[in-house]
Amino acid sequence: MTFRITMVAGALLLAATGGCSGSPRATAPVEPVRTGPVHAQGQAAAILRARADSARLPYTAADIRFMTHMIPHHAQALEMAKLVPSHGASATVRTLAGRILSGQQDEIATMQQWLRDRQQPVPDAAAGGLHAGHGAGQEHTMMPGMLTHEQMTRLDAARGWDFDRLFLTFMIQHHRGAVGMVDELFSTHGAAQDETIFKFASDVQVDQRTEIARMERMLADVLAAPDSP
Amino acid sequence: MGFLHQPSLRTLSLAAALLSAAACAPVPATMTPAPAVDMSTTPPSPDPRIGLRAGLHDAAEAAWNLRVLSRSRPPERFAGVTNSDLAFTGNYAIQGNYNGYQVWDISNPANPRVATAFYCPASQSDVSVYKNLLFVSGEGLTGRLDCGGQGVAAPVSAERLRGLRIFDITDIRNPRNVGNVQTCRGSHTHTVLADPRDTENVYVYVSGSSGIRSPEELPGCVAAPPSVDPNSALFRIEVIKVPLANPERAAIVSSPRIFTDLVAPPRHGDTPGDIAAQQAELAAARARGEFTGTFLGRERVLSSRVTAPLLDSIVRARNGRGNPTGADSAALRSALPRILATMFPPSENTGPQPGPTQCHDITVYPAIGLAGGACEGYGLLLDIRNPENPVRIAAVADSNFSYWHSATFNNDGTKVLFSDEWGGGGQPKCRATDPKEWGANAIFAIVNGRMEFQSYYKLPAAQTQYENCVAHNGSLIPIPGRDVMVQAWYQGGISVFDWTDARNPVEIAFHDRGPVDSTQMGNGGSWSVYWYNGVLVSSEISRGLDIFQLQPSGFLSQNELDASRTVRLEYFNPQGQPRFTWPPSFALARAYVDQLERSRGLPATRIAAVRQALQGAESMSGAGRRTALTQLQAQVSGDAAGSSDAAKVRMLSAALRDLAAM
Repeated sequence: MTFRITMVAGALLLAATGGCSGSPRATAPVEPVRTGPVHAQGQAAAILRARADSARLPYTAADIRFMTHMIPHHAQALEMAKLVPSHGASATVRTLAGRILSGQQDEIATMQQWLRDRQQPVPDAAAGGLHAGHGAGQEHTMMPGMLTHEQMTRLDAARGWDFDRLFLTFMIQHHRGAVGMVDELFSTHGAAQDETIFKFASDVQVDQRTEIARMERMLADVLAAPDSP
Repeated sequence: MGFLHQPSLRTLSLAAALLSAAACAPVPATMTPAPAVDMSTTPPSPDPRIGLRAGLHDAAEAAWNLRVLSRSRPPERFAGVTNSDLAFTGNYAIQGNYNGYQVWDISNPANPRVATAFYCPASQSDVSVYKNLLFVSGEGLTGRLDCGGQGVAAPVSAERLRGLRIFDITDIRNPRNVGNVQTCRGSHTHTVLADPRDTENVYVYVSGSSGIRSPEELPGCVAAPPSVDPNSALFRIEVIKVPLANPERAAIVSSPRIFTDLVAPPRHGDTPGDIAAQQAELAAARARGEFTGTFLGRERVLSSRVTAPLLDSIVRARNGRGNPTGADSAALRSALPRILATMFPPSENTGPQPGPTQCHDITVYPAIGLAGGACEGYGLLLDIRNPENPVRIAAVADSNFSYWHSATFNNDGTKVLFSDEWGGGGQPKCRATDPKEWGANAIFAIVNGRMEFQSYYKLPAAQTQYENCVAHNGSLIPIPGRDVMVQAWYQGGISVFDWTDARNPVEIAFHDRGPVDSTQMGNGGSWSVYWYNGVLVSSEISRGLDIFQLQPSGFLSQNELDASRTVRLEYFNPQGQPRFTWPPSFALARAYVDQLERSRGLPATRIAAVRQALQGAESMSGAGRRTALTQLQAQVSGDAAGSSDAAKVRMLSAALRDLAAM
């Protein structure tokens, strides 16, 4: 589960201002608070937002670093997955890659929104992949597990059975890096107190751990696969 | 509908109306009048769930074959904070929240009242009840033993609570924290197991998939894999034994390694025949001089595409040419274990053995002695007759499943449904572009202790990119003679479906709201929805508590609904499935008659005659009624032989016999 406490307040404000073009906030719907006193609308939204803010524990530099660094990490997984349709991959690898593509694309959006909501610089998801370490204008620290330029080139050159083997080998390496990044986050003082960060990082970790186990089984099948005629 | 009868809200609505421009009228908190009963068996088209207006409390809604009894917002201290799972006791629904838990008095489901709002932050605050005890899960790093809200910044701290909190709710308005059990990985979810043969204790299975605590924080927590340290906190679940007379003495009693030697089948499990065939294949390959290697749990024949380049490199290393010699092969044979070890390096998180390190959730069904474990990449069937030592009896994996999340048995225990929480619940996995097999349920038949795949079921209505949506928590609805369940799909709303025909599950009712936010992913939707004593109770992540009632429809008759309402539970933990039994009633007999009419299991003339006889019997009393029912039962019993639905005719016959004996 990934949660966005701030979005409740945000949605409330949008409900109070949006969908009603040109109307000032004072004419927007009331927010009835069932168990509390009656507030004028707008004020109720502000109270709910303040409450959500006070409920949320402070995020730290380690949290920001984690979200910022995981975006290029995920972006490289997308680059890898995008090679699959054109490189003669097997059906099972295509299924896996389809899920990685969808899953990590959505997670990038989550991370970008989290950073944007906190007025942090938002890395461009297009800056990973084949050009990792070569692009311009972005931070190019190699995150744990990320493929080197040479590894990416090897993967891009492989086809069929070789591609399956390399893709699984490299994606396992890549996922292990992400799992390690979460471990590091959780052992950092003050980190992951923010509910959204904790849930997001936990999801990344369990999903990728589960996927590593799945890919190890697939790799075992690939290595033991009978030769094609 | 209760809201509108509250003067304060009437005032609010009036105030809102006065403040609003005519073109931008507010939507009252409660708006759905009881819809007209729809007896059609065709789903509404176009699907009214598509294109619903967004909003937190004023989103547009669509409902089919059910109606909203109430929508209740969270108490002040919980507003804006995630609501999680539900448990039920007596007239109360207990709703977990990341800030603690809320106890709702639902005696009047049209107007739930907050009995207790207990502040004690923890994620996810999964809740269960048993007699006078309430159990609450804590997983995150911020949970505190003192229930404070300031979090715990230090990586190692004596103030942190990750595990299970135990409350005495004898006075439900004043819960007392009577004990805490700390666990190495915290408690993401937990499952209360009331063993029918042990009245002194209750057991709690703890599932925790998060990071392992430092042994400095909780002694004995070992992060190394079991191959390195047999006390590893990986690859096991925790069983807590709670003495009912002394709940403060609750403690971990065992840590069963239910995953040992679990090797994934590609899809639906290796049969003994498959295993024998693998052994024969290995022996034949060895006889042919092929290379085998042991990795990921078993010995396998290696493809020559793996071994040929390795042999070539050995030849080149001795500056040789041409085909490899016997010595080259021997060199490779001795080097292979090392080469494979680098290909499959043991890591702290995956370990050297394949398979899950934890379960996400376990559903126990004590009446049949089985549990369904949803455990990372696997669905497990566990024998729980010895609560301290659950034993795995079957396992399935599925190439379309991402993350096995929860399990629900049908009432007969002949089927089990697993859900896949693809994307962890925070992602929009019900878009038109998302495959129907991903983030869905998979239904299995249980045949001789094994699980056989039948079909997938996924919410049929496409959702927007701003609605987190995936299969989540639900429960059976006690419709006699059928497998019907209600399930939460986060912002996809709730879906009621019939899986009696396990190969063709079909939706029969739904409720949905528009997204919380129309411009970006918001936090909301139904975390869980369960049947409890005649109503469907939904925990809405941001909007509060919703209560629904099924309406009669072309899929579900009034008699079937009436029969379902004869089932009463004293308490209910959705992860501890009770076996439903239906007391004898005319509604029960009529429900079976309605089902026989639907299945054409009896000719129309017989259906009409049986209905008339039932009406006649009901108008009588005493010996007259008994005689009429006994005669009818004898006739119906004779109908079974010629019926295409003989099993249902026999259920009707049994219902009539029980009714006559009342």
